[in-house]
Amino acid sequence: MGIESYLQAILFGVVAGTLARLITLRSDYRQYPTYLHGRIIHLSLGFIAASLGALAIPALLEMEFTAVTFLTVAATQFRDVRNMERNTLTELDQFELVPRGSTYIEGIAISFEGRNYLVMFAAFLTTLAYITWGWFPSTVVGVLTIIAALSFMSGSALRDIVEIEESDISFDGAGLYVDNIYIMNIGIEERQEEILKYGMGFILKPKNINVITTISNLGQQQAILHDVSATLGVYKDSGTPALTPLIKRDLDDGRLGVFILPLIRDPELTKKVIGSVPVLENAIKMPTEATFLKGGKK
Amino acid sequence: MIVEKAILAIITTKEEQVSGGAPIFICTSNEELQLFSTNLEAIMDGIAHRLSDDVYIIVKH
Repeated sequence: MGIESYLQAILFGVVAGTLARLITLRSDYRQYPTYLHGRIIHLSLGFIAASLGALAIPALLEMEFTAVTFLTVAATQFRDVRNMERNTLTELDQFELVPRGSTYIEGIAISFEGRNYLVMFAAFLTTLAYITWGWFPSTVVGVLTIIAALSFMSGSALRDIVEIEESDISFDGAGLYVDNIYIMNIGIEERQEEILKYGMGFILKPKNINVITTISNLGQQQAILHDVSATLGVYKDSGTPALTPLIKRDLDDGRLGVFILPLIRDPELTKKVIGSVPVLENAIKMPTEATFLKGGKK
Repeated sequence: MIVEKAILAIITTKEEQVSGGAPIFICTSNEELQLFSTNLEAIMDGIAHRLSDDVYIIVKH
């Protein structure tokens, strides 16, 4: 095959890969990556990933097997992307009124790395299709890989694993309670009044045994607090540590008592926001999948 | 210096109930106790917790 058609094959791969990155790169309510500059960084990295993926096939066909080793360079490069994201987000987290927490940050960083591999894969397959079948099947493969990348992108949300109910908040002496779950001790009456006025309580009821361990993860709980505060605002400032949204757990049945101080006080909207908090990859545990509980190996 | 989980001050109306390393503020009335706690909470960036009706502590979390 001539150099001309290789060029076209590579071009197809690069375009498919870069498109995949463009589509999977979303600045939603979290506003991360930051608009424009953050996006440029990730689009460029996506372009590099796509080029690497697309170049691999012609290199193999030309019997340049050593060329494949540069894929390892790519792997190192993308692990750096993960480090970069982790470091940036951890630095920024100190200045959030309600921090994301390191589990959430790790989740974001991991998906940045993961998506670059998806881009590489998309470019790889598209180029392969172009060389074996021609431009039209290649376009189809490109579209399919982008769809596959999108489906990899959507993890489950909290509404899939818990039932969310609004609940009253109350004080028993100095103790703040959501339903019957103890949250914290607030000594000053002024603060107590503020909390009763601005606070809201929600109970998250786990739907099954696996969910209990997942939502007991402190990182997952922090993610809920961060997302609610980021979306609905938070009644809090740097000098008022008593006004802190918190989640505590009912040790008896694994329910979570969520205490929040949103600026937009709409129970239905808040339920929606809590429901769309992503279930963090690193928080998911599956105790029922333990093979030693099922009587040995499957 | 970053202090975590420390009692920064004790405010009380019952002097005999408290002693130890943290600064102790002795108040004469419940109103004074509330006022001291509110002010100290704001100044120290801590949370005022009520141990009993007579003893408040300011804790840095």
